Amino acid sequence: MNKILEKEFFSANVAKLIIEAPEIAKSRKAGHFVIIRLDEKGERIPLTIADSDPEKGTIMLVVQRVGVTTAKLLAMNEGDKILDVVGPLGKATHIEKVGTVLCAGGGVGAAPLLPIVKAFKEAGNRVISVIAGRTKELVILEDEMREYSDEVIVMTDDGSYGKKGLVTAGMEEVIQREKVNKAVVIGPAIMMKFGSLTTKKYNIPTDVSLNTIMVDGTGMCGACRISIGGKTKFVCVDGPEFDAFQVDWDQMLMRMGAYKKEEREAYERYLKTVESVK
Amino acid sequence: MEKIAEYIKKGRPDAWRTELRKSKKAKERTSIERVKMPEQDPAIRATNSLEVNLGLTEDMAVLEATRCLDCPEPTCTIGCPVGIDIPHFIKKIESHDFLGAAKVIKQTNALPAVCGRVCPQEKQCELQCFYNQKLKKPAVAIGNLERFAADYERNSGKMSIPEIAESNGIKVAVVGSGPAGLAAAGDLAKFGYDVTVFEALHEIGGVLKYGIPEFRLPNEIVDVEIENMRKMGVKFRTDFIVGKTASFEDLRAEGYQAFFVGSGAGLPRFMNIPGENYNGIFSSNEYLTRVNLMKASSEEYDTPVLKGKNVAVIGGGNTAMDSVRTAKRLGAERAMIVYRRSIQEMPARVEEVHHAQEEGVEFLNLHNPIEYFADENGRVNKMRVQKMELGEPDASGRRRPVPIEGSEFDIDVDLVIVAVGVSPNPIVPSSLKDLEMTGWGTIVVDKETMQSSIPDIFAGGDIVRGGATVILAMGDGRKAAAGINKYIQEKVKAN
Repeated sequence: MNKILEKEFFSANVAKLIIEAPEIAKSRKAGHFVIIRLDEKGERIPLTIADSDPEKGTIMLVVQRVGVTTAKLLAMNEGDKILDVVGPLGKATHIEKVGTVLCAGGGVGAAPLLPIVKAFKEAGNRVISVIAGRTKELVILEDEMREYSDEVIVMTDDGSYGKKGLVTAGMEEVIQREKVNKAVVIGPAIMMKFGSLTTKKYNIPTDVSLNTIMVDGTGMCGACRISIGGKTKFVCVDGPEFDAFQVDWDQMLMRMGAYKKEEREAYERYLKTVESVK
Repeated sequence: MEKIAEYIKKGRPDAWRTELRKSKKAKERTSIERVKMPEQDPAIRATNSLEVNLGLTEDMAVLEATRCLDCPEPTCTIGCPVGIDIPHFIKKIESHDFLGAAKVIKQTNALPAVCGRVCPQEKQCELQCFYNQKLKKPAVAIGNLERFAADYERNSGKMSIPEIAESNGIKVAVVGSGPAGLAAAGDLAKFGYDVTVFEALHEIGGVLKYGIPEFRLPNEIVDVEIENMRKMGVKFRTDFIVGKTASFEDLRAEGYQAFFVGSGAGLPRFMNIPGENYNGIFSSNEYLTRVNLMKASSEEYDTPVLKGKNVAVIGGGNTAMDSVRTAKRLGAERAMIVYRRSIQEMPARVEEVHHAQEEGVEFLNLHNPIEYFADENGRVNKMRVQKMELGEPDASGRRRPVPIEGSEFDIDVDLVIVAVGVSPNPIVPSSLKDLEMTGWGTIVVDKETMQSSIPDIFAGGDIVRGGATVILAMGDGRKAAAGINKYIQEKVKAN
């Protein structure tokens, strides 16, 4: 059982949760994720660890409402307990001193990006972060990003905050202006696809963090498998980070939609039960 | 012939057994027909998840037990990887001491209700039975009797706990709560160790929970056996991945003196053929985990599972049979086994193949998939298969399947389950740099003590074997427990 110590909404559908998980807080590194299960009847879903405090024994997760489980999680309150939290899972980010690192985060992608920004900065790199959202309220973790980045560029699709334009426009701006040695792009699959097409034009080595469907998260089921450079890899144990140029993006987008119908139906059922309680 | 252990021979001259043996002539015993296990009707059971085998009644069990001749050289015991005193417990059943029978089994087997259901007895104890070897008659139904004794004890509410040595306070960690880990934990607890079992998933039981379906092994039965281990003092920690949540080094610092790694073969294999990553194509591990562990077929549970009208399961092992019979129960109109060899070479238990056939599963033997096709949403809708014929025997001794050129044809499918085997799970090995591994990704161990190249780490089950049975894993767990005991006692003496 893992207690929710803090919950703070960034916007109507996105919140930050601070959760008690002392062992994970101690052993986790940038790039790691956890699998959570809310209750006896819950499903197992992966969430990237955005930050941790080993002394307090807590981890930070950023959650966006996308289906039943995330909706239920966002409806939980401080003091409530999550039945299962297991991790840290996946391979940690490979951090080294390369020079200038461009870190691009789309929407809640800023959350998994944050520990990577921090780690690259601590390894002595110049770190430029581009964080983006459709509108102002969907741009998250700006202050934290500023703390660990040499520069932060904020982009919004509608121009309601920062510069108007897509995340790729912000990335181009940096690449045009100065030498970038490495890029990390994290966000929705479609954003990662176009983000890495941008860096590919300039031959900048680029990593992405894939958020595929998972069940156990320990290599046991293969639900998360994806073709990387023509070979099938398991995101949970071989990733979650991969060379962006090797990822089969069309397959990634296709596999993300495997349960679209079931997910929509389940969400509609959930909304009905919530309404009947009200 | 291997030696029959002394403890098995020792009890035979006891007065009660001698008297029981003499109470009936051998001819009287051998003239009894093997008692048939009652089963649910195939047409009904294919629509529910209740157990297929219903268990023997008391009368049936006593009658079956009467068949056993209580041989002076009980060859059946050679076939048991955990060394159950088979004639002893069967004679207890014949004398109506059913609780006593369960006690005998539990001296060497921590999970009798599980083994009585899923062990391939026809390849082990029953294969070696005198009836089978010499009389050319069906063997004594040792497995069914084991199940009877365990179920009787459970239903009686008088579960016995094996004798446990006085606590020595020495901490030992077991990594993984599948059959290997549970067997090791049971024996280590009996030796008096302070045992903690660490499990990555949220439930204890490993493959017994996520893999084997309810209709063959109800989770409730596994839970009762686990509860019994708790009573023996074994501690369990779920959601804990040794090598990730904490390292072996962290656990050594917490005082753990030795480790048993039974982390299993949790890494499914695929065939690497075109289209294999389309939606609707699962590993058997994923399919069975969603249904068995996550209860995806119930609307009350949040985990979904894709359903199919035309389901193809690739492979011929027990996992393939479990998958195809599960698909049938979830409403498949056509449920097929696609296997590249013939039915004679199938690794699945005869009973499972037979049950699947009764339930209306189609067998496309000597067929192999070579490509998958999908609709515009990426959902699989067709499978191209090639016919095979059998050539010369290969390294496994089975005749090698050879493709027949030009024999390809397409089958409509909307769900495919790939059950072609598993590889060892890489998480533990990758967290230990100095651990000696084979090219197959299994841990190298001493065959007697199960000790790895790192002295305080022992291993067994599928992480060593690369894919075997519940009972072989349990045999490894028991051997390793003895190995750990010896290792720790020597270390204690040296200090």
